[in-house]
Amino acid sequence: MKTLRALFNPRGGIHPAYHKEATDSTRVEVMPVPKTLYVALNQHLGAPSRPVVKKGDTVLRGQPLAESAGYVSSWVHAPTSGIIKAVESRLTAGGQLATVVEIEANGADQAIESPAPATDWRVMQTRELVDLILQAGVIGMGGAGFPTQVKLLPPPGKTIETLVINGAECEPYLTADHRLMVEESARISQGIQIVQRILGATKVRVAIEDNKPEAIAAMESALKMAEGDIQLVVVKTKYPQGAEKQLIYSCTRREVPSGGLPMDVGALVENVGTAAAISDAVFLRRPLTERVLTVTGDAVANPKNVLARVGTSFRDLIGFCGGLRGPVGKVICGGPMMGVAQSSLDVGMNKTTSGLLLLSRSQVHQYTSTPCIGCGRCVQACPSSLLPCFLSENLEAENFEEAERLNVLDCIECGACAFECPAHRPLVQHMRQGKAKVIQLRRQRETKASRKEKAT
Amino acid sequence: MDLLIQTLIIGGTGLACAAILAVAARFLAVHEDPRVETVSAMLPGINCGTCGFAGCAEYAKDVVLHGAAADLCKPGGSETAARIAAFMGVEVSESERQVAIVLCKGDNTAAKRTVGYNGLLDCGAAQQVGGNGKACRYGCLGLASCARACPVGAIEIRDGLATIHPGLCISCGKCVVTCPRRLIRMVPESRSLHVLCSSLDRGPEVRKVCSVGCIACTLCAKAVNGQGIAMRNNLAVVDYTVPLTEESIIAKCPQHTIEKRPGTKGEAA
Repeated sequence: MKTLRALFNPRGGIHPAYHKEATDSTRVEVMPVPKTLYVALNQHLGAPSRPVVKKGDTVLRGQPLAESAGYVSSWVHAPTSGIIKAVESRLTAGGQLATVVEIEANGADQAIESPAPATDWRVMQTRELVDLILQAGVIGMGGAGFPTQVKLLPPPGKTIETLVINGAECEPYLTADHRLMVEESARISQGIQIVQRILGATKVRVAIEDNKPEAIAAMESALKMAEGDIQLVVVKTKYPQGAEKQLIYSCTRREVPSGGLPMDVGALVENVGTAAAISDAVFLRRPLTERVLTVTGDAVANPKNVLARVGTSFRDLIGFCGGLRGPVGKVICGGPMMGVAQSSLDVGMNKTTSGLLLLSRSQVHQYTSTPCIGCGRCVQACPSSLLPCFLSENLEAENFEEAERLNVLDCIECGACAFECPAHRPLVQHMRQGKAKVIQLRRQRETKASRKEKAT
Repeated sequence: MDLLIQTLIIGGTGLACAAILAVAARFLAVHEDPRVETVSAMLPGINCGTCGFAGCAEYAKDVVLHGAAADLCKPGGSETAARIAAFMGVEVSESERQVAIVLCKGDNTAAKRTVGYNGLLDCGAAQQVGGNGKACRYGCLGLASCARACPVGAIEIRDGLATIHPGLCISCGKCVVTCPRRLIRMVPESRSLHVLCSSLDRGPEVRKVCSVGCIACTLCAKAVNGQGIAMRNNLAVVDYTVPLTEESIIAKCPQHTIEKRPGTKGEAA
């Protein structure tokens, strides 16, 4: 194993204030299981899971609550033992309405008996390993929540040569991945080995930003004995260094083509949290029902890194961290750059929730946006080489064809453009709406074309 | 002498051009069916596109040349349809003018708000992040996306609630597809009794967030014996295919959700 400084640096990006000092050296605390948990069934990308329990059922920890409902979908498991109080449509942390399973914990926290790992994972078939990961409900824990099993089975003809492990954690405030690397580096390295075997990847690159020397040291010692072409890549601290395509560039100098996937350049990115979850799924046959997240911000009394069960409500998380200190201006699920502002605290955290940020009222500003002054700072900041200023103007005028031509679909919604904009234009919101609209238009066009084909 | 030459040159050129034009008019003329123009004149000419054609002229052309149905123009209504049908010698079934109505009554005084919203002032954008702070997750967001979509300015935002002036509505249905919460319905103009709520929540939850929301007490449905009002998913829903004139139900509703709003032209909202 070698430790290297990244030779390449993705374009654009910004340097916001990181505010990580509040929690980057505090140990992860295990949060006791709260009385009520709200488990959403749309935690992953793709089709929401299909519930397999109903109101009044008794469940044990690790028992499936919902099954995978399609190729791009995942399983959801009970985070503790208890009684199902409701299975109904409610608001979720992402802001959407979705089926939520409400569980009243019985306090015993009794786990379902998992079959002991009979065979050594080294002799198991790739397909068996992937099935274990699917049934454990492992999804991308960096934020997007893409079902992991789909990524691990590239279509025929595509080979993955480089496995990139994402420990960059470029979002300000968040230290969950950082602490996981410091405290659980052994689990992460086991997960890396499993993924490497499944994919047959020849190269492994573990990328960590250079503002986390503790994590770098911990991962170095965990990977010391690892064989093969494994490198620990120390990347430059900047936002969004940890975005999938940007990290691939930093580690391999390959650019994912517009509209393409990492596999098009022979790479695959997994978050460190996902690697740890994969290790649990294979070694302990334990489904993903808990994760480390950072509860932080000026408005919370004791900022902490917390190991909490999936479905723990934000209210309980705040309570565990000593409650509030002064008036709250904004509650954000995730980091300040890409997180989603919450309208209710009685919403359960997801497998993808990497942080809960409570900003005090004095930190939240209400800006009024003014017309674009053409300064081009957004163009400099954009890591995807887009022209956010022109895109925003076109989207505001509902000129979606032009927006599509300007590659609005390549926007990763990182918010670097809006951070830089001196006119305070709501660039990310424009992009988000524009992307939805362009995808909708494309679908309409496709159905029209297929109808025409049928007619002729 | 000079004068004569100049006159001849100019006059000759003019004659030559006239000859060219005369030949062109004879051989290159485009024969347009004169009926297209007549039908086009019968249409309102606002090019809303609701008929499915790219503007009024295109629709008129299709009616005359390809036999498109005569009653597709919604802003024109039954009058226009009848005139076109009479002109073209076809028959159309008599249909009533439809007007749009917002099935929500929760303005800023009636509906509670929980948090502030400082995002884009557009209903679609607010819906993407779970609303704009209105506690009711079914209610009108009041960010005027429907008003911007309306080609005739028939929608007004009053105290955080979209209100449609039925007299101005041209039945194009653009607001119906724009509303991300699907609160707008097209109803026959003769109908005046409406349950102005779309919340599927149970009674106690509705009471918590809105003082004029339907709590599914079923009093109205019982009063009309289920004829014209049906209970569906904790909500009283008016069946606009069945006549409903029982005005006593307005007083029966404990939440004052039911209201009389005539949809005919000339009357105010």
